[in-house]
Amino acid sequence: MTDLVPTPGQTVGPFFGYALPFDRDNELVPLSHPSAVRLHGRVTDGHGVGVPDALLELWQAAPDGSVVQQDGSLRRDGWTFTGWGRSSTDADGHYVFTTLRPGATDGRAPFFAVTVFARGLLNRLFTRAYLPDDAEALAGDPLLASLDADRRATLVCRGDEHGYAFDVALQGDGETVFLRYPGQ
Amino acid sequence: MTTTVSSDSAASTQAEVSREIADISAAYQASGLEETQPRLDYAPYRSSLLRHPTKDLHHADPETIELWAPCFGQRDVSPLEADLTIQDGGEPLGERIVVTGRVLDGQGRPVAGQLVEIWQANAGGRYIHKRDQHPAPLDPHFTGVGRCLTGPDGTYRFQTIKPGPYPWKNHHNAWRPAHIHFSLFGTDFTQRMVTQMYFPGDPLFALDPIYQAITDQRARDRLVATYDHDVTQHEWSTGYRWDIVLTGSQRTLMEES
Repeated sequence: MTDLVPTPGQTVGPFFGYALPFDRDNELVPLSHPSAVRLHGRVTDGHGVGVPDALLELWQAAPDGSVVQQDGSLRRDGWTFTGWGRSSTDADGHYVFTTLRPGATDGRAPFFAVTVFARGLLNRLFTRAYLPDDAEALAGDPLLASLDADRRATLVCRGDEHGYAFDVALQGDGETVFLRYPGQ
Repeated sequence: MTTTVSSDSAASTQAEVSREIADISAAYQASGLEETQPRLDYAPYRSSLLRHPTKDLHHADPETIELWAPCFGQRDVSPLEADLTIQDGGEPLGERIVVTGRVLDGQGRPVAGQLVEIWQANAGGRYIHKRDQHPAPLDPHFTGVGRCLTGPDGTYRFQTIKPGPYPWKNHHNAWRPAHIHFSLFGTDFTQRMVTQMYFPGDPLFALDPIYQAITDQRARDRLVATYDHDVTQHEWSTGYRWDIVLTGSQRTLMEES
């Protein structure tokens, strides 16, 4: 079969804020969930200034490492874990998700899969936010192994009192490693 | 091209921006390479100056959850959300249109049962977003937001109003061609994309640094819908057709190999 040429992307622009966010979009589980963790961070530009009109999407495995194939993200019932959410940044570029720790899938180092959209960003960016907890799994990860130490660090969350912190630097010092998958 | 460009709003003229666009286009055509996606580093679009990565995107073989996409279903989307003309108790102003097409993966297979989200300006070129201060009238009967799920053959269909062009602050007298924003999911995480659909023959195409950030004319053409009289409805609305191709599904490639 002949491959088709993919349609080009375009920036999400400045006006997605009344269209893409939805009620409890960043609460993959309610705050009251006994295993709830926070994943949060700041999206910054080349001057280190927070990007107030970015949107992050989170896609992750369940705590047992299984891939979730469950609808209901857009109408959260508080009980169904869909593995997917969305967080708009605030005026300081800060985003936050309430979620569960993803488990290891197929024995691989667990990570949050993250998509970044913003005004001024002409196409979406993909990255991974690895959990910092299992040093052995991180050491054996092929993607992390293919990076220099300073760049590798941009893909690993920091643990904090409520879960994890993961900053996204679009440009400049500590620029996050963004990914290109085959065929892109 | 290392001229210092300011990201301050309205610092340049259209002629200056058009010259930058032309220079980049000439260099692209001389390169002999084929680009199919927008550049991330595209100075004529001033907001991109501080927001594009300076390092190359890093190759990654998709694994585990990246080979799967989130699921959406009937509980997520009401069928009424595909009609943007019935959302607020009255008829919106403007040219009623249908926009329909198919979502396909890179191998040409339909992407079925997946979420499509759209948002757009009203007929006067105004978004309801509070950041849009363009002094065109808001339409009390039009939010400009729609959602649907693709059918078994990948078909999506929206009934809406043709959006107007609108001014923005990239440079002096900057105007965006009329467009509808589209948000798309595939069967793999890696296929996620957001883009903009345009209307055929728009006189603003050549002037617009967002559209021109796709340096290849054939690639730009892939964002332009086609007028389709078979989609047009008798004494009701005109019709446009636009098909969307996502990148290949790595999971199905692996399952087939």
